[in-house]
Amino acid sequence: MSDKEMAIDCCLLAGRLMMEAGAETYRVEDTMDRMAKTQELAAIHSFVTPTGIILSPGSPHHTKLIRITNRSTDLEKIALVNAISRRLSTGEYTLEQAYERLKEIQKANVMFPLWLQIVAAGVASGSFLMLFNGLWQDVAAAVVAGGIGFIVVTFFQELTNVKFFAEFVSALAVALVAFFAIQMGIGIELDKIIIGGVMPLVPGLLITNAVRDLMAGHFMSGLSKGAEAFLTAFAIGAGVALVLSF
Amino acid sequence: MTWIMQAALSFLAAIGFGIIFNAPRKMLFYCGIVGMAGWLIYSASEMVSGDAVKASFLGAFAVALVAQIFAKRFKTPMIVFSVAGIIPLVPGGMAYNAMRHIVENDYTTAISFASKAFMVSGAIAMGLVFAEVSIQLLYRGRSKRKNAA
Repeated sequence: MSDKEMAIDCCLLAGRLMMEAGAETYRVEDTMDRMAKTQELAAIHSFVTPTGIILSPGSPHHTKLIRITNRSTDLEKIALVNAISRRLSTGEYTLEQAYERLKEIQKANVMFPLWLQIVAAGVASGSFLMLFNGLWQDVAAAVVAGGIGFIVVTFFQELTNVKFFAEFVSALAVALVAFFAIQMGIGIELDKIIIGGVMPLVPGLLITNAVRDLMAGHFMSGLSKGAEAFLTAFAIGAGVALVLSF
Repeated sequence: MTWIMQAALSFLAAIGFGIIFNAPRKMLFYCGIVGMAGWLIYSASEMVSGDAVKASFLGAFAVALVAQIFAKRFKTPMIVFSVAGIIPLVPGGMAYNAMRHIVENDYTTAISFASKAFMVSGAIAMGLVFAEVSIQLLYRGRSKRKNAA
């Protein structure tokens, strides 16, 4: 593989990793352009959308397209890729080193352990209940609802790979837990417990990134992220509504 | 609820989201600070003005401002800090109320809740962008002055 071809692949891999980890579109394009500039690919054009990246390095190289199918939120990956691109531009890493490191990051699983994520979801739900002027008596129910909601969404996401279905079932589970907590007398305000419990599912990152992209002039990405956020919100709403309507 | 309680709870919530979104371990503490700053500003301005839209704008502005400062200091993308801080401001409660009234066939109330939720999300996004732009202007002005000197 020639040096330039490797530089192109390196840019694409960096862009793909960042996009899969949930970075803003303008940041992905910026990072790819910067990396390309350091490798003397001056005529580069990149077009980044949440579902794919097109990179045209200019003659005589071929334009390349890379497909992005899985999108999640992994802030550490964004930070790691960003650090590599920074080191590549300061000359601390050679191109080969940077490419090797990117490949390592692609394979590595840097997520927190699942149990810790579940506990974190529960704690966040409990905190939100109190921040929204909930009652102390409801905290336990909200923590359990948030934790169970997170377990359900992770499980169904792996089982079906249909994100909206997983979110729908998860919201349903949260609402059911809240409902039974009220029935058993360990909860008082149904609304607040449900709101606290579904907070870990809320597409906050998608909404803010969507508007951020729209304002930066990335209309394609902004609209598609907005659509994803809308579908997620709708799935959560439908799950909760199903329980409420009985 | 006292301010100290609110500060502690928003700190906890932001760290919780930091863990769910897999923020870098060393940065978790700072994610918590960003979340706390955003929530306290939001909460205080909501108490003064009684308007969730204005309060969300100011809260998001604070989040982005503090996140930018940390981002420059630790040379880490700003998104690492801002995401967890934004979540408490997201109008989950309003969206929930809108949904609830739709289920109860009370569409008029549902639409008013939904419009409010829409306004609040717009205000959050505006706050984020405004803070980012003003920081950029500030840094540009500073580096120009440095170059001139």
